[in-house]
Amino acid sequence: MRKLSPRSVLLGLAAPVGALVFALLVCAAILALTGKSPADTIDAMATATQRPRTIANSINSATTYYLAAVAVAIGFKMKLFNIGVDGQYRMAAMLSAALAGATFMSGVPQFLRIAMTIVAAMLVGAAWAGLAALLKVTRGVSEVISTIMLNAIATYLVSYLLNPARLAQATAGSNNISTRRIDAGGQVPGLPYPGSTSKVFGLIFLAVLVGVLYWFVLSRTRFGFELKATGLSESAAVASGVSVKRMVVYSMLISGAVAGLVGMPQLLGSSYGYALDFPPGLGFIGIAVALLGRNHPVGMAVSALLWGYLDNTANSLDVAGIPREIVAIMQGVIVLSVVAAYELVRRYRVRAEQQEVGRALGRTKTLEEVSS
Amino acid sequence: MSVGGLAVGLEVAPADRGKRLSPWVYALVAVAALVVLSVVRLLSGATDLTSAGTVQAALTAAVPLAMAGLAGLWAERAGVVNIGLEGMMVLGTFGAGYAGYQWGPWAGVVFGLLLGVVGGLLHAVATVTFGVDHIISGVAINLLAPGAALFLSKLYFSDAPGGGQKQSPRISDAPKVTIPGLSSLLADIEAKRWFFVSDLAGVLRGLTTEVSLLTLLAVLVIVGTAWVLWRTPFGLRLRSCGESPAAAESLGVNVYKYKYLALVASGAFAGLGGAFLAVSSGQYRDGQTGGRGFIGLAAMIFGNWRPGGLATGAGLFGYTDAMALRGSSAVHALLLLLGIALVVVAVIQYRSGHQLLSGVAAALGVLFGYWYFSTDEVPPELVGAAPYVVTLLVLGLAAQRLRPPRHAGEPYRRGQGV
Amino acid sequence: MPHQADTPAPAVELSGITKRFPGVIANSDVNITVRAGTVHALVGENGAGKSTLMKILYGMQPPDEGTIAVDGHPVSFGSPADAIRAGIGMVHQHFMLADNLTVLENVVLGSEPRKGLGLDFAAARAKIRQISDAYGLGVRPDRLVDDLGVGERQRVEILKVLYRGARTLILDEPTAVLVPQEVDELFGNLRDLKAEGLTILFISHKLDEVLSVADDITVMRRGTTVASVSPSGVTARKLAELMVGSELPVPELRESTVTDQAVLDVRGLTVVGADGRTVLDDVSFTIHAGEVLGIAGVEGNGQAELVEALMGIRVPTAGKITLADRDITRASTRHRREAGMGYVPEDRHRQGVLLEATLWENRVLGHQTRPPNARGPLLDRRGAKADTRRIVEEYDVRTPGIEVNAAALSGGNQQKLIVGREMSGDPVVLIASHPTRGVDVGAQAAIWEHIRRARADRLAVLLISADLDELIGMSDTLAVILRGRLVADHDPATVTPEQLGSAMTGAGRED
Repeated sequence: MRKLSPRSVLLGLAAPVGALVFALLVCAAILALTGKSPADTIDAMATATQRPRTIANSINSATTYYLAAVAVAIGFKMKLFNIGVDGQYRMAAMLSAALAGATFMSGVPQFLRIAMTIVAAMLVGAAWAGLAALLKVTRGVSEVISTIMLNAIATYLVSYLLNPARLAQATAGSNNISTRRIDAGGQVPGLPYPGSTSKVFGLIFLAVLVGVLYWFVLSRTRFGFELKATGLSESAAVASGVSVKRMVVYSMLISGAVAGLVGMPQLLGSSYGYALDFPPGLGFIGIAVALLGRNHPVGMAVSALLWGYLDNTANSLDVAGIPREIVAIMQGVIVLSVVAAYELVRRYRVRAEQQEVGRALGRTKTLEEVSS
Repeated sequence: MSVGGLAVGLEVAPADRGKRLSPWVYALVAVAALVVLSVVRLLSGATDLTSAGTVQAALTAAVPLAMAGLAGLWAERAGVVNIGLEGMMVLGTFGAGYAGYQWGPWAGVVFGLLLGVVGGLLHAVATVTFGVDHIISGVAINLLAPGAALFLSKLYFSDAPGGGQKQSPRISDAPKVTIPGLSSLLADIEAKRWFFVSDLAGVLRGLTTEVSLLTLLAVLVIVGTAWVLWRTPFGLRLRSCGESPAAAESLGVNVYKYKYLALVASGAFAGLGGAFLAVSSGQYRDGQTGGRGFIGLAAMIFGNWRPGGLATGAGLFGYTDAMALRGSSAVHALLLLLGIALVVVAVIQYRSGHQLLSGVAAALGVLFGYWYFSTDEVPPELVGAAPYVVTLLVLGLAAQRLRPPRHAGEPYRRGQGV
Repeated sequence: MPHQADTPAPAVELSGITKRFPGVIANSDVNITVRAGTVHALVGENGAGKSTLMKILYGMQPPDEGTIAVDGHPVSFGSPADAIRAGIGMVHQHFMLADNLTVLENVVLGSEPRKGLGLDFAAARAKIRQISDAYGLGVRPDRLVDDLGVGERQRVEILKVLYRGARTLILDEPTAVLVPQEVDELFGNLRDLKAEGLTILFISHKLDEVLSVADDITVMRRGTTVASVSPSGVTARKLAELMVGSELPVPELRESTVTDQAVLDVRGLTVVGADGRTVLDDVSFTIHAGEVLGIAGVEGNGQAELVEALMGIRVPTAGKITLADRDITRASTRHRREAGMGYVPEDRHRQGVLLEATLWENRVLGHQTRPPNARGPLLDRRGAKADTRRIVEEYDVRTPGIEVNAAALSGGNQQKLIVGREMSGDPVVLIASHPTRGVDVGAQAAIWEHIRRARADRLAVLLISADLDELIGMSDTLAVILRGRLVADHDPATVTPEQLGSAMTGAGRED
């Protein structure tokens, strides 16, 4: 947490803005090369922006993405890669949907019912992430590898459970299979958005709450301090009395619990049942959003909105004869270029600060002091 | 594993490398495995376990996995973790679809390979030149590549005859070869249902009948990799970048160059894997890779970062894949196989003094055995998870036998390695 | 390499070498002449610019000014490969070996004999055996480096250099990781190499070793060469003064403050390493309030393990640690710190600071559970910042503010911050490992003064240092650690550095 000087703000913004501009240029070049007009593309997206519905949907996507990003960022802060947010979110959404839709739940008061659903999702997410934590602290298995494997296992488990013989039922009149529909007593009402029939997820407040808690825990609590210290230097953290194993377990469990929340806005706000149409890859979008937002609670909110906006305006591109995947390309380029840009800025900043301190104190340092 | 990140937990699994085993031991293990298969076939009556058809299907399924694993091997041996394999494979499938339907399967293979190289180069620029974390770059490539492939597919396949927004027109298959005479002889023996002998005949027939030239190419590439990486100066230098880039640098090895070359090769093999997938299934389809890049990664880990090992892993995972396609009675028998394998692990770990691990392995083994005897079939939805479960079991129960490249996944900058 | 016939040119001649980095001058006007066929020692404090100079000589970094001549011919190196071609080889302080490769693979890497496209293993094996036999290195080509001990690894490093036809060997702090017998073996090897006409450039700050093995000595200070001397005409003390540039500040305790109240009591502490070697063997001692116990020893004789076992970072195999009558043998690092143990680690970048965190966050590190940094589970940012300002003030940490990252400070100022932090919160024991290593003379004196003051306030201190004068001057009691055991006790009032030195190498007594 450094002081905000105009220069440091500018430096902080240089990387994401530069990456965005770079991605725009790359996409424009790709469009031009493939005989599509970049201007038409921007026009189609701008037109879509004018529809209130697009904005409402963008906010809804952003809510989901934000939760995924926070789940990822908790791990990132201590150099722990939770690649498994995807699997954790799907296991959690599936099982909590089955619980929320169960017949015995209809007698439970609405608030309690929603709370139970959400808590169940958090527990499932935490448990699935906990497997990776367990393997890491007891057997030294990289969480990257284990969560990749657990993601795939989750996919098969969910498709196994999502079967009329088990936790699902066929939806009448379609060949869609879903968990039993959550009736009105278990739903979270949406907020009307002016000019649109789409409602904004009521659980957007949950996302805001998670963001505030994330900020508070990281910057104001001992736990957050130890999390960051572990990420900055594992050996120094150990010497300071941090039990890194315990931190791995806690942060993985918390990350998994937040991952469990990822499916909740959609489940309780619009789908009312878990079906195969729940988007895959949310965990990876979470990684992208967390990277672009530099794990900062506000930064991630901004980048989640950007991501949601890009995804929802992309729908209008197909109509205009431009493959909507240009947006996916743009998102990929943003991720790659923004991390490269952050690295360059970081190197620049370290050098600049050393020089500044050197100047302020009128003394040059020997190389060993700088590089060792 | 030395993927960058926290070192915590690593100290619990110090490497206790055994002696290098002789080829005879491997042959013995293979024979023993076949004997077990024969016994299980007799007990369960699942003739598909060792039929030529299963072996053929397993081979076809294994080849893309092996190529993905090889791609992972090249990258990690040079010290770069590549979880972007999946994305590079997707690029390969598109390339094969694009060139394959116009100019034939071999053009498809070449194009798929080249597009894979593009993916590999991207990973190289990000991780080597810009010092981006390997995992992040891999994730970005996995986001980028499917989008790019679908973008191009909509552009080029929508109006092509027989193509669509999400699929290419048909690609003709690569030629297949059969060893004349041998095949029918083996078929006769296989039909006798003799213990072991018929099983062996079935496996051999599967390996010698209607073998795609692509499969032969894959075998060649695996053997070639083993030779290049372990028997040539080039390979030694490349591996030294993964084991100790600082040492390599101090001896004048241009670490950047070898990392780049390794990632070009990695991309090429991933692209090749994608191309094989597209060509052998007759067209490019969106989402065709279905996580095979990750299974390839799993095969590489299973195979302890060695070509022979990853080929075995790919074969095993291809085998489960084939079994899943062949109906549930055969799949059911796999449970028993897994149970037996776990008990073997339990015995080995017990003898090396790891009582707790041995206990866990034994308990899991008994659990799988119980599952086998208490049910009649395995839900088909779960079979696909087998490679991932097996890899987690290997990592969890036998990790101390694994020897990943020491510096895989760590960022490297010239002049800073001390 | 062409040689001049009559007057042998110097093996290496560096003239006017200057190297600048952004905001830093690492070397300025360095001049060294290394005679062929000699062992030439380069001595200087940590941070004097030795490593930069060697990187320049080995082609890892280009000099900004100045010239290098090898055997009388001017050369310019763009990479280590160029240096290797000119016959210069480097044995790095941290071994440059890939554990997972065989000795053969490590040795031939980068200059492999070929047969067709492949590597000619037979030729490589033969050549390695031949070199190994010629210089008595005893290296077996097909072993995995992972299976080798430290001394063997160093011989592999030397063989690597010889394999490339080096005539001049640079050895960067080669004895830092060796136990005394291995040092003797190494010096034997060096004499063999010299007898074969090779030239050796030996970098060290261990003056007794330098005096015993070198033919010529060059001293560096603050990035430049300040003197060239011959070992016969100089004493260790004189060399040390040349290194630090002034009369040595003599650390000295005034009157004894030792009380009879035992604070830290260690009984039979034993640590077995991951490789099954006993690195700490049945160590027992007691430190009383107001007492400084100094531990002398060659690095790598169990000091690091002792410190980590005391701090709860490493689990001891046997033994008992008691802190103020409480058994803390099984206590976590946090509990030990909360019970009043302070820790100045040997490697501050690894264990002491978070380089990419601000000074006040570094103030919190290690004290995150206690006031003024925390209130219950919450961080007390205001309290932490205020206390950081106090430390910056009292300990004279030179910084423009407490919001800068620790990475921006010089090593000495980082160390002052660490010492200040560890002295905060009324510790009862301070474990200080090389507390003045790599800091300038001013900071060194300040750190000593702070330790002295705390000692007067009944602090118990365990002081580990490689600086014998520091140990003798600061300690109330002195012990020597050798191969993981405490082998001797000395009275600092009467002991000389020479006596201590021989005890450290095991020469003084038969154990």
